Amino acid sequence: MTMDKGNAISVRNLTKRFGSFTAVDHISFDVSKGEIFGFLGANGAGKTTAMRMLCGLSVPTSGDGNVAGCDIITQAEAIKHRIGYMSQKFSLYSGLTVEENIRLFSTIYGMTSRQIREASERLFKELGMQDMRRAYVKDIPVGWRQKLAFAVATIHKPEVVFLDEPTGGVDPVTRSKFWELIYKASSEGMTVFVTTHYLDEAEYCNRISIMVDGKISALDSPADLKEKYHAATIDEVFRIVAQNAQRGD
Amino acid sequence: MSIFKSLVRKEALHIVRDPRTMVITLLMPIVLLLLFGFAISTEVNDVRVVAVVDQFTDETRGILQRLSVNDYFTFQGLTAPEDVDMLLRSGKTDAALFLRNEEGLLKSQIVVDASNTNTAQTATAYIRGVINGTSAKSPILTSTLYNPQLKSAYNFVPGILGMIFILICAIMTSVSIVREKETGTMSLLLVSPVKPRTIILGKLVPYFLLSCVILTVMLLMAYTVLGLPVSSSVISVIAVSLLYIILSLSIGLMVSTVVDTQLTALIVSAVMFMLPVIMLSGMIFPVDNMPVVLQWISNIIPARWYIEAMRKLMVQHLALSYILKDVLILLIMTIVLLAASIAKFKSSTK
Repeated sequence: MTMDKGNAISVRNLTKRFGSFTAVDHISFDVSKGEIFGFLGANGAGKTTAMRMLCGLSVPTSGDGNVAGCDIITQAEAIKHRIGYMSQKFSLYSGLTVEENIRLFSTIYGMTSRQIREASERLFKELGMQDMRRAYVKDIPVGWRQKLAFAVATIHKPEVVFLDEPTGGVDPVTRSKFWELIYKASSEGMTVFVTTHYLDEAEYCNRISIMVDGKISALDSPADLKEKYHAATIDEVFRIVAQNAQRGD
Repeated sequence: MSIFKSLVRKEALHIVRDPRTMVITLLMPIVLLLLFGFAISTEVNDVRVVAVVDQFTDETRGILQRLSVNDYFTFQGLTAPEDVDMLLRSGKTDAALFLRNEEGLLKSQIVVDASNTNTAQTATAYIRGVINGTSAKSPILTSTLYNPQLKSAYNFVPGILGMIFILICAIMTSVSIVREKETGTMSLLLVSPVKPRTIILGKLVPYFLLSCVILTVMLLMAYTVLGLPVSSSVISVIAVSLLYIILSLSIGLMVSTVVDTQLTALIVSAVMFMLPVIMLSGMIFPVDNMPVVLQWISNIIPARWYIEAMRKLMVQHLALSYILKDVLILLIMTIVLLAASIAKFKSSTK
């Protein structure tokens, strides 16, 4: 499949079945380079499964896709070098120090000792975490942990970063600070693919898609979606789009 | 630093920084070894014994002499035949040895308090040992080969080794892999360019090294403190133990691929692997005495074969050729488990 030069992610008829259950049902969309793309949907709508396929963790049943210039079926290993991933648990090794976590993950992404040193210096300065570098991750506050997780996920300057509910369980102030990081990364040309439960956050995205029962039911910029559904907020849009959902809890 | 080395380092840091784990893994083997070696001992010391002799000859005097100097007996002297019953009933003595001269031949009878069967059997065996070689032949001549003093430590060392490695390799490895699944760090590794093979090895190698340290400590203790006789079989002991360690690691890996929480990993490893080791492997209860069904089950317990092989090597000092069957079974189990769990691990990431 050929890909537009301007698209970081391009998906056509992507489908994943588990037995007779179709978790992801023929979804198609494009995300352009440097875009912040919100991937919304109720629990069980198929967001995580779709994301796993894009990350090369899960093989699609049918359809195809292209992430950061690599085919998700034939070049799944190559994709892993070009993407970053941060999960909802802002998972880092809590028993290791901040510095050790950075060293571990940058080594895993094949960075040299010099690159690691430079990158961690820059990162500590940007995040203002100099005095925390020897602290155990389990001892630093959640907000800091989350920023650190994002920094670690993007330390190798990936073309696309996948954020799986990155702001789960944190307060609004911390969340808006976290979004500043996302904007910064996007302004540097990184494509951000983010799932979230907080519909107010969806307003920060360039474009959003809403998944219902394995299908993409709506896809547009927040402003256009609100206009189309005559709604004041994305929250309302979501309710209208998802009202006929069969799945979910 | 290579990816593999940094993963091993990460795991090692986690092990070292968890003081409780360190204490348990390093102290427990030593405590168990000392406990089973000294405190929980099935050998019987200070068997109180009286003798009833109808006539003193050089032979009977010799026997009494040996009874009184033997460390395992407290010789309480001679007594009249009619008092024996009372002495045994009141618990003032454990065994009585009757010696009677008949037409120049010495006849013997051992009367023993069998309220504790284990003590009774052992005491009988001791007394037989004392009267062996005289003309007072007991009905059956017994000789206890390989472990003449019937030291229980000899018996327990292989069993404790069999148990410890299941504990460290199977339980600790499965819990640590599942912990990464629970906290989500496993998915970070899986979306990274690290190969699943490297992730698995990075998990197994630190616990393998830890087990090697523990094996060294345990063997040193067994050969010094517990006084197991050193022989050329030591090399085979180490080789078979390493195989068993790898087998236990594969069990841990297998468990980690099928369960999702640390607690289940702990319970599954403990109930499915630890308990059978204690109950069915022959560590404490001899396999031959088990009901047939349990004997069948014991066949699939790796520790059974390991302990059997270890006893042959450590206590009987047999050459490697005598334990080929055990080693072969362990080898096949290792290969099957390792292949199955790696395949399962890889498919669970797809």
